[in-house]
Amino acid sequence: MHKEVKSMAYLQYEGVGIAAMSAAVPKHVVVNREYTEVFSKAEADEIVDKTGIEERRFADENTCSSDLCFAAAEKLFADNNIDKEDIDLLVFISQTPDYRMPATSVTLQHRLGLSNKTIAFDINLGCSAFIYGLSVVYGMMERSNLKKALLLDGETRSKVYSPRDRRSAFLFGDGGVAALIERDPKYGKSTFSLNSDGSRADLIMIPAGGYRKMSSAETVVEKVVDEFGNMRSEEQGYMRGGDVFNFVIREIPRDIKNTLALVEKNIDDFDYYVFHQANNFINSYIMKKMKMDAAKIPSTIAKFGNTSSVSVPLTIVSELKGKLVGKKDLLLSAFGVGMTWATGILSFVDCNISEIVEVENGKAV
Amino acid sequence: MEKFKQLLAEALEREDEIKMEDDFRNYEEWSSIAYLSIIAFMDEEYDTQLEESEFKQLKTVQDMYDACTKK
Repeated sequence: MHKEVKSMAYLQYEGVGIAAMSAAVPKHVVVNREYTEVFSKAEADEIVDKTGIEERRFADENTCSSDLCFAAAEKLFADNNIDKEDIDLLVFISQTPDYRMPATSVTLQHRLGLSNKTIAFDINLGCSAFIYGLSVVYGMMERSNLKKALLLDGETRSKVYSPRDRRSAFLFGDGGVAALIERDPKYGKSTFSLNSDGSRADLIMIPAGGYRKMSSAETVVEKVVDEFGNMRSEEQGYMRGGDVFNFVIREIPRDIKNTLALVEKNIDDFDYYVFHQANNFINSYIMKKMKMDAAKIPSTIAKFGNTSSVSVPLTIVSELKGKLVGKKDLLLSAFGVGMTWATGILSFVDCNISEIVEVENGKAV
Repeated sequence: MEKFKQLLAEALEREDEIKMEDDFRNYEEWSSIAYLSIIAFMDEEYDTQLEESEFKQLKTVQDMYDACTKK
């Protein structure tokens, strides 16, 4: 085995898989080419042409990540005749939770009417988190008597970034997904490679509002931050796009290659590749570099933009509905804030995917 | 060097002439988006990856060319 592969940290599971998936997005559509309150039409067009992000969904003030996931989970329950008593594990992935405490997963246990024996906790990680979350849930499911697990992943990134910072104003959108995970030998083997590099923590960050730099009158003031006149406060996110891109083109192809070598598969051995939907520019570059078949790469960049950790599962729900019939092999790849990055190789077997639900004022409409 | 100029012209979508002594940040076409295209061709054609802080040290087209071609 290749030396680099031997030194990889990876996780492998047997006989756990995703039985069903659903998703919810805010009803409110933001059309980027018309998003010109702050920036000019020419600037908006230039950004859209380069990133491929035509539209995004923005949650209103009464809609949280939890509400999107709640709507998705209710749809999942209804479409799959799930007995709520069978849900023994609930994991909620988000960096836009309802409160700093308690954990949103626990409030969702109650709202969804799940029993008090439910294991519930949150995972705070960012864009790669769905793959991390799958590995956590697969691990807990494989060696236990837990009947079924619910993996919820929701983000309202529209509330994180300044509309007056052109480096992030046109990229992010909101969404929530629900995945039902079960044990069954039919799913076969799954493999996850998970990685982290905290030396790059400052590439994507919300500097204030945590306990390192607590909220104050000062931290909410919007200031001009660069020579381009971009404005934001310290409680809004920023992204050093150039360094993120550099990081991605160096690390992502390498991690995919190493994971393929580990499972002794070729890049052509998959039915679909699902990437984090950062923007078209980055994804086309990876596709070209890895010589992947574009026809096997579903994309929701144009209609939902970058929804952080939600983008991988939302793309599956939106684009692969009706296509995961029989056994399909998927390669998942995601990267982002942290930095963290992850590759997942897993099989979907007759995954039942629901229609996407729309949410307004915190409720499905 | 001509190939480098051509790649840079494509990344910037610039039709006017590119001179080695030009300060590329003064080009009308310079933007944070053009920067991403430059990162892409530096990686692809010259196997060169620069941190943003290193890239900020570069002033002229010649600086950029030197960064790509020094081994």
